Amino acid sequence: MNFVADQFLAIVLLINIVILGTRRIDIAIRAISIQGIFIGLVPILMHNFSYHLLAMTLLVLAVKAIFIPWLLLRATRKVHFTEDVRPLFGYSGNIIACALTTVLAFAIATHLPLTTAHQGLLIVPVSLATILAGAINLGTRRKAIDQVVGYLLLENGIFLFGLLLTETMPLMVEAGALLDLIAGIFVMGIIINHINREFSSIDTSHMTALREPE
Amino acid sequence: MLPVTLLILLPLLGAITALLIPSNQKRPWVLPVVACLHLALSFIAVCYSTESSTNDWIHLDAIGKVFLLEFSLLFCACSFYAIDYLQYRHERDNRVLCSGMLVCLSAMSLTVVAHHLGLLWLAIETTTLTMAPMVYFNHNARSIEATWKYMLICSVGIALALLGILFLAYSTVVAGLEPSLILEELQGYASRLPKVWLNAAFIFMLVGYGTKMGLAPMHTWKPDAYGEAPGIVGAMMAGGLANCGFLGLIRIYQICMHSGDVRFFHYVLTGMGLFSIAVAALFLVRQTDFKRMLAYSSVEHMGLFTLALGLGGKALFGAMLHIIANGLGKGVMFLISGNIHRAFASKNMELAQGTMKRAPWSGALFLLGFFGLTGSPPFATFASEFSIFSGALEQGHLLIAITLAILLSVAFLGMSFTVLPVVFGDPPAKRQRTKYKDTILLIAPSMTLLILLAIIGIWLPSPLLDILNSATALLEVPK
Repeated sequence: MNFVADQFLAIVLLINIVILGTRRIDIAIRAISIQGIFIGLVPILMHNFSYHLLAMTLLVLAVKAIFIPWLLLRATRKVHFTEDVRPLFGYSGNIIACALTTVLAFAIATHLPLTTAHQGLLIVPVSLATILAGAINLGTRRKAIDQVVGYLLLENGIFLFGLLLTETMPLMVEAGALLDLIAGIFVMGIIINHINREFSSIDTSHMTALREPE
Repeated sequence: MLPVTLLILLPLLGAITALLIPSNQKRPWVLPVVACLHLALSFIAVCYSTESSTNDWIHLDAIGKVFLLEFSLLFCACSFYAIDYLQYRHERDNRVLCSGMLVCLSAMSLTVVAHHLGLLWLAIETTTLTMAPMVYFNHNARSIEATWKYMLICSVGIALALLGILFLAYSTVVAGLEPSLILEELQGYASRLPKVWLNAAFIFMLVGYGTKMGLAPMHTWKPDAYGEAPGIVGAMMAGGLANCGFLGLIRIYQICMHSGDVRFFHYVLTGMGLFSIAVAALFLVRQTDFKRMLAYSSVEHMGLFTLALGLGGKALFGAMLHIIANGLGKGVMFLISGNIHRAFASKNMELAQGTMKRAPWSGALFLLGFFGLTGSPPFATFASEFSIFSGALEQGHLLIAITLAILLSVAFLGMSFTVLPVVFGDPPAKRQRTKYKDTILLIAPSMTLLILLAIIGIWLPSPLLDILNSATALLEVPK
């Protein structure tokens, strides 16, 4: 089954590039939702079936693939994105950066000591690559909602790494990771709504009131 | 065990009570009631909980005691201040603020007793989330911007800290040990963990918790959040939340110190600490907004903590003492800066000048608090900063000691250029006078903190000295 899991992880990598390269926020949100599905299905492919695993998979799918994308899409419908804000180095710049960091992630992953069960799996490099993609998105995009997508990419990468520990880590830490995601996005969503009311758009580059004087 | 559980549950009960009270006037009284009980419980817990060597998820060790005493005292002062402050801000609904502060107190209590790294992470994460609506208390465009930066940067930071914890957990799996995230067990494992994973875990947790502490270069949210939040929230963030982040760093440090070769960790911490102090010192010069000034001062002090961990030896005692000293000093300054902000309806030194003439008590306390915060004798910050300084000399790091002395002087001078006009200048004639008046509840809490700061600086009570010594012993590299 690890063969299928690896295919899924390759798709996760491709979705990273889609998200970094797209200029439309609704596409980015749908892409992160699809990425959530593939990531959510990986644990059930890797491990032997158990009800605990099934419950976790369903929960992850519900949160990552449905609830949070729905919340974000709702936020975008309330806000009209008229202007197009280019990322710091342009869209192609983002894609190139994503490709480079993916190569870097694979290079790093080959040097990390892994348990024999995990050797040859794509989990570690894909997780690192997704974390780096999230970091790029956070660093270069200026719209508040784009930054939330970047944060979700980062969380997806971290969740992937956590899969190495599903059998050994206490349940509480997993639950904590998910709870954090819900709560974080929830609060962020509320704030986005307020941002919308106070500013005409949610471009954070308009947020310049708080700066050090020249 | 019982007082420890109560420390967490009592503020939660208080938070529910605060949510249920309909009156905006009466609600703030929940804060001092809970705070006094919490302080009493803290003293009981500190005195009667014996040092246990058990591998429980939750127990109070000497380091936890230092943190618990510090923020319980600070919260108590803030809670009395809150009554008159919220009276003054009666136009704002204070339901979220009152219950949020109490949830935060509960989460902070959990932070100091958690010995399971996952649980610790969860508690620190909770403190971050509960503070967000409070930064947003003023509901204007500036506070939205501040809250947004705070939420985004701190969420990323705390996510990276989680990644660090996962690395650490995985390293135990790779080493073929019984997987665990309990501090004492990990200390026992430390020498057998693969170096790559341990170092990576350390770096990610340093960056993650460092973001929460506000170490440079992850400090960018700090001036905005501290500047826009009400003074009472600023006090809790600088003296409570930032310290919780530091506690997270201390826990991973404790594990790393058992790993054999510790030079890597010391280098990284020393560099990071000095860099933060340097950045803060630069921004403290010519800072016109006194709340932002306090934020940079917090960056400076977080840098000092980190540097002290990096130096080891005598500096560790300084760091432990400085937790209390810095918490008390920050409490004085933030609460009083709230008063000055109200008195002049501005936190910019061009408009807020001459507090001595407008509100003499606040002016005097702001000046004394400034000396208390920057490490002038007789205040406790002098003793703690001097310990860190002599720690550097004792380890033979002459260059670090000189740099530290220069940077601290720059920070002191920079702050004085802001503080002195605010205290002694002439109040602008044209501005309309606000209704603000110094009242007992707006002055007495900070005055108490300041007196405590001076007392600890002159004479350390022996029970406190014992706690500080055993906390320092927990941080040292085992022989």
